[in-house]
Amino acid sequence: MIRSWFAVRARELPEAVAPGETVAEADGLRVRLGAREVLAGVSLAARAGEVLALVGPNGAGKSTLLAAIAADLPASDGAVRICGRPADAWTAAELALRRAMLPQSATLSFPFAVEEVVRMGRAPWAGTPREDEDDPVVAEAMARAEVTEFAARPFSALSGGERARVALARVLAQRAPLLLLDEPTAALDLRHQELVLGVCRERAAAGDAVVVVLHDLGLAAAYADRVAVLHEGRIAADGVPADVLDGELLSRVYRQPVEVLPHPRTGAPLVVPVRDGKVRPCIRQGETEGEP
Amino acid sequence: MTLLSKPRKPHKAPKASAKAPTKASTKASVLAVTPQRRGTAALLTLGLIAALALLCLLSAGFGAYPIPLGDVLSSVQHRVGLGGYSLDRVAESVLWNVRLPRVTLALLVGASLGCAGALMQGVFGNPLAEPGVIGISAGAAVGAVAAIAFGLNFLGNWTVTCCAFVAGLATVLLVYSLSRSGGRTEVVTLILTGIAVNAFAGALIGLFIFFADNAQLTQITFWQLGSLSQATWPKVLAVLPCALAGLAVAPLHARKLDLLALGERPARHLGVDVERLRITLVLVVALLTAAAVAVAGIIAFVGLLVPHLLRMAAGPGHRFLVPGSALGGAVVLVGADLAARTVAQPAELPLGVLTALFGSPFFFWLLRRTRRRQGGWA
Repeated sequence: MIRSWFAVRARELPEAVAPGETVAEADGLRVRLGAREVLAGVSLAARAGEVLALVGPNGAGKSTLLAAIAADLPASDGAVRICGRPADAWTAAELALRRAMLPQSATLSFPFAVEEVVRMGRAPWAGTPREDEDDPVVAEAMARAEVTEFAARPFSALSGGERARVALARVLAQRAPLLLLDEPTAALDLRHQELVLGVCRERAAAGDAVVVVLHDLGLAAAYADRVAVLHEGRIAADGVPADVLDGELLSRVYRQPVEVLPHPRTGAPLVVPVRDGKVRPCIRQGETEGEP
Repeated sequence: MTLLSKPRKPHKAPKASAKAPTKASTKASVLAVTPQRRGTAALLTLGLIAALALLCLLSAGFGAYPIPLGDVLSSVQHRVGLGGYSLDRVAESVLWNVRLPRVTLALLVGASLGCAGALMQGVFGNPLAEPGVIGISAGAAVGAVAAIAFGLNFLGNWTVTCCAFVAGLATVLLVYSLSRSGGRTEVVTLILTGIAVNAFAGALIGLFIFFADNAQLTQITFWQLGSLSQATWPKVLAVLPCALAGLAVAPLHARKLDLLALGERPARHLGVDVERLRITLVLVVALLTAAAVAVAGIIAFVGLLVPHLLRMAAGPGHRFLVPGSALGGAVVLVGADLAARTVAQPAELPLGVLTALFGSPFFFWLLRRTRRRQGGWA
């Protein structure tokens, strides 16, 4: 009996996915947490080669939806399919080859060095032919997340933003075709926010499906191929940023007047809260209006 | 028992570190942490094995009836059938019926305690978890004392071990379910649960002592102090299956324990079946603790001290830490037993008293240090 507990089961390695093919989808998904129905019938697909941004106000169910797609939470109704199979039909080891998830906050119980933490991302591939790629993949992931310089430092000695990037490097090292990121920019400065979303675009260009929960609608507008707006456990809108990021819709969902303006130079949508009369009046010295 | 993590394919040698830090060389030295840690781990393993061999030899030779080390080696060689020579009857009897079972038992108990400590800390994700601190040893002791007090003998030699295992297992499960909430264990809850469990176990043991007759009383009291003085080959045989099973299974889960340090969900995202891992390891901890407690009574702090020292020296990776703690625990206990026998000759100090005497200040220091580092307890 003991043998069967510890036997390494044969794992099915993931097959390559063609661009545009659905990697993960929620179908009429309902999720309850305690008495509250957090997701009330969500249907959404994450496709290979595409960055999908999940936006919405606090408590709309973004993180819950992401956790459900990651197969962390059971569906009370409806289904989640990953790589064509119901999420619960995969073993934990097989799922780990198919989806990587960056949690909202990165914690660690013991003082592992940064390199060791990133290397943990390779664990799912142990015993497969792709184990041989471990070293280059780890080095590349660390370089991409800009954590190479503190590779030897213990994780516990890092700042919040540095930890977030180490966690990102770990998730990148996993090389899964479905990449789920829960508020990856929350702890980061401006430069590293752009870096993370840049990484998302790269992964999508390389053929992965990327789903990212964002609070910054400007980032979503700039980097996502598709934006899904969640509101009270339902999808309020789902489509390309130019269609979805609509002042009227966002004002209603966020219960905050919002205007969407085209960027003066690029024309990309900029989302700005309407602040008329609420903030300090904007007075510049001498009112110089010349362009630099 | 695999003591060394399986040798892996050679890694990039950190040859670049000698050169000026150009772009290319920083990239190569990026992955220097892993080989470096492996080097430290290999050195430590060798050192521990050497220390263990030496201590076993010393322990077999030293005592009220000294046997020269050369004679010890020859006698062992002779018995194994590799030449050597047999000693005179007294020496042969002292060596094979008194010393060697005792050394073997110290080795098994130490390895079990060290390994159980490392596993426990990994499973709870908490450096203060230790079978003694959180009450599992006491729980197992209740089973063992009950077996002695009621004169149970339904499994012959294995009765005490078996009762200790069942009671230990029940305690692990109890502590585990009481101290976890929302998927993590808070230090305060864990320690408080330990206090409660220890108190309850103490009360039960008190009750059994109350009902025991004089002969049983003596037996229980000496057993409780923690001692290996009653070591015999049948006793070794009684704990051997438990200890070996636990020690053999534990290193198989080392890599998963590393991932568990990330937290429950991230570990699952990396392919760990967290619930199964937890249950398996809790069983292993109960097995190891029961093996140790059944023969040696409560020997505290070995499971706390050894993994901590090793973590400081070679990093927190469990692939070294789990087997390393077994080795380190064996070194500490064989050494401590040697000291317990010889320091106050001809009297013999109780082993549990000795380890607690040195372990408690260490625990205190650990508390202070951790507190200073993280500025308080969660």
